[in-house]
Amino acid sequence: MDLQIALLLGQDGITNGAIYALLSLALVLVFAVTRVIFIPQGEFVAFGALTLASFQAGKTPGTLWLLIGAGVVVALIDLTLAVRSGMARKIPRIVGWNLIYPAAAAAAVFLLKPSEFPLLLQIVLALALVVPLGPMIYRLAFQPVAEASVLVLLIVSVAVHLALVGLGLLFFGAEGSRTPAFSEVSFDLGLVRVTGQTLWVMGASLLQIVVLALFFERTIYGKALRATAMNRTGARLMGISTVMAGKLSFLLAALIGAFSGILIAPITTVYYDTGFLIGLKGFVGAIVGGLASYPIAAAGAVLVGLLEAFSSFWASAFKEVIVFTLIIPVLVWRSLTTRHVEEDE
Amino acid sequence: MAARLLFGGFLCLVLLAPQVASEFHVTLLNYIGLYAIVALGLVLLTGVGGLTSFGQAAFVGLGAYTTGYLSTAENLPPWLAVFGGSPWMGLLAGLLLTAAVAFVLGLLTLRLSGHYLPLGTIAWGISLYFLFGNLEFLGGHTGMSGIPALSLFGVELRDGRIYYYAIWAVLLGAVWLTRNLLDSREGRAIRALKGGVVMAEAMGVDTARSKVVIFLVAALFASISGWLYAHLQRFVNPTPFGLAIGIEYLFMAVVGGAAHVWGALIGAGLITILKQWLQDWLPKLLGASGNFEVIFFGVMMIFVLQRARDGLWPILTRLMPLRQVQRAVPQGAALPKKPVPAAGQVLLEARNVVKRFGGLVANNNMNLTVKAGEVMALIGPNGAGKSTMFNCISGVDSATEGEVLFCGQAVTGLNSRQIARLGMSRTFQHVRLLPTMTVLENVAIGGHLRGSKGVLPAMLHLERAEELRLLAEAARQVERVGLKDSMFELAGSLALGQQRTLEIARALCADPCLLLLDEPAAGLRYMEKQALADLLRKLRGEGMGILLVEHDMDFVMGLADRVVVMEFGEKIAEGLPEEVQRDPAVLEAYLGGVD
Repeated sequence: MDLQIALLLGQDGITNGAIYALLSLALVLVFAVTRVIFIPQGEFVAFGALTLASFQAGKTPGTLWLLIGAGVVVALIDLTLAVRSGMARKIPRIVGWNLIYPAAAAAAVFLLKPSEFPLLLQIVLALALVVPLGPMIYRLAFQPVAEASVLVLLIVSVAVHLALVGLGLLFFGAEGSRTPAFSEVSFDLGLVRVTGQTLWVMGASLLQIVVLALFFERTIYGKALRATAMNRTGARLMGISTVMAGKLSFLLAALIGAFSGILIAPITTVYYDTGFLIGLKGFVGAIVGGLASYPIAAAGAVLVGLLEAFSSFWASAFKEVIVFTLIIPVLVWRSLTTRHVEEDE
Repeated sequence: MAARLLFGGFLCLVLLAPQVASEFHVTLLNYIGLYAIVALGLVLLTGVGGLTSFGQAAFVGLGAYTTGYLSTAENLPPWLAVFGGSPWMGLLAGLLLTAAVAFVLGLLTLRLSGHYLPLGTIAWGISLYFLFGNLEFLGGHTGMSGIPALSLFGVELRDGRIYYYAIWAVLLGAVWLTRNLLDSREGRAIRALKGGVVMAEAMGVDTARSKVVIFLVAALFASISGWLYAHLQRFVNPTPFGLAIGIEYLFMAVVGGAAHVWGALIGAGLITILKQWLQDWLPKLLGASGNFEVIFFGVMMIFVLQRARDGLWPILTRLMPLRQVQRAVPQGAALPKKPVPAAGQVLLEARNVVKRFGGLVANNNMNLTVKAGEVMALIGPNGAGKSTMFNCISGVDSATEGEVLFCGQAVTGLNSRQIARLGMSRTFQHVRLLPTMTVLENVAIGGHLRGSKGVLPAMLHLERAEELRLLAEAARQVERVGLKDSMFELAGSLALGQQRTLEIARALCADPCLLLLDEPAAGLRYMEKQALADLLRKLRGEGMGILLVEHDMDFVMGLADRVVVMEFGEKIAEGLPEEVQRDPAVLEAYLGGVD
């Protein structure tokens, strides 16, 4: 290996690492607020990328049907509950978010021609379809078992992952897609050729991290999430709805996931099940951070990206073996350094 | 009786099934059997032991690939040649390899607390899968073919109808072993893993060992299933050993009823049949090909966890008129007892014990002694640090500074298991028992250290003599504390006061020379308190030392020989009950100062 290859691999590793870092932040966020280990994160990556690819290919993305379907189910459940408990004032909100919003999205997809939109507008529309799925999934799968043990939540999480992977195959088929790069620029920096997409990925990741930090530090909703993460009961006593916190954290996770997918779609071909492995690598990062620390999680994720890039050079067939075996010593170290309190069931 | 009939009917069905069923259905039943063996391991591991694994499919793969490689490879390296050529040697090698891998993984990942463990299993599940697919000598992603058929007494088991009997014999054997294991001393220790680790350790159970045991058993079941699979299919590739299938195994256990051995069979049957059916219909319905059944399974799983978290088996048993409860009180010879220390001998001595939680000093310079044949009461207002002191003495927590001597031996820094072995036994202020086990079984956990038979004798039920003596001892203690009438009821159904009494019986079952009781009279009615005081007096008369934390002053003053009073983590008075009652510092602590 010479310096040029090392730099190339390094660039690759850091680009992927930036994505893993974003995902690991979302995972830490969701876990801290809801105690859900968010395995389906990867599906949002795939859904984001493939929805955008569908627009560009002039097809109707299947995620639209999922949005409409999930909206109808949520609306049915919530309306029944609202009527039964006599909370009529909740009805407009339920109908608005779960029925009118998906209908509006459908109108936008069918009446306007998204394939002729500029890229930026396509991205916004793709996010508009995929991101609301986050809170809807929280409502349907997790909210009814919100107080269950972490293990039960984890199994639910795996179940949601399976269902979404199956739906992904149904919507987008087994073929992968690639989207055009955000910019075609590339320039030589010393020995390495840096592409515009790489800069986009790094820039966008960094920007999101900064925005997230500001959100948590400066806004009332960010503070509410932090309060819930620290002490659920205490936050509830202060009037913070844990349901709201759960939905909001899933919304953010879905946004980060879908946007990450859109960022990597020009770099690598995305298949319906690509997201899972990407999500898990973000996971390794999150676990390095003990599912609690944002900066350590991000650093761990970048490390995973680098490790992956270099092991793909030396032993490409064993790339995944190496990355996922790494997690075990990290887990052992983590559980040795955190004092375990027995979880009473 | 009804249960026997039902089981007999089930056996007949199992025996007759391949004679009447079509080729297709026999194949389906074969797969159900194979999957149920793996799911059974998960019942033990996840449902009973509370350790979730998504990686069992990798162990199935280890079993399948080992026998596949050994029975097909042309030129085995000399050190492996012994294992070559025969599927039976392949089975042995597969079990050995699986045991070794599971032992290492277990040592590494079982230390992982809570949710880290299942994440670890996902990681090694993926790693092993990619390893199978990328190793040249295992045929890579295309796999290995030409694996020979099994033969038994010269008969080749090529026909699926005959192979069926092999699979189901292994399955029923595994069910028998698992049931035996759960119904034993080791089994009670395993059942305590879910939500009772602190208590079990204080009763002398090595919970880390129990975890490794169930992890190994589950892995070995999976490995045998893989071996059977390899010689049924006569071909292996990595696909059936991936994470997705590992998840499916877990679903089988959860849907069937993860805490019940038959739940594994129900779950495996349901999921296998549904999968077959969905794989036929969904692609036609949706007009595309692919594994769409996962959508259904995912949604079903969410629904099951939201609506029926215990799975289908408990629902089925409610429909069947089965609930037979053991009524005969176990009878057996008494277990050997430890020699009783002479009355007046110092049993416990705490010297300058300090316990800090961060900046909070919960115990400061605490000194106390307990002698054989006396009742020492530790009293003080709420938050005085009494329970912390208890935890420091019994090894549930360790003191920051100072020294604890028990029977003349320094026990500072020992864990609660080691201290229990020396003859100290305790109850907990917040009752710690296993609500889904009977009163008798709960008490028998206290006798854990008085038995010695291990896992293998338990699985084969070769330890029945010792088990009977243990249960008889537990029954005597249940009777002694006055819970005879509820001996076979579930511990969770008792009133709080009775649960406290149960804890005393459990502690007594350990044959202690020093008994630590944390608020034993709380929640008891007047007559029950009288009975408890009588019992404690009797124990004192037999030479036992008793250290008691209690808030009921009538109870304490009528019973205790000496009293230590704590406030804000420090000792403020010590002496005879009547002295302490007159002590101005004590009066101030309890009643407030008079200005």
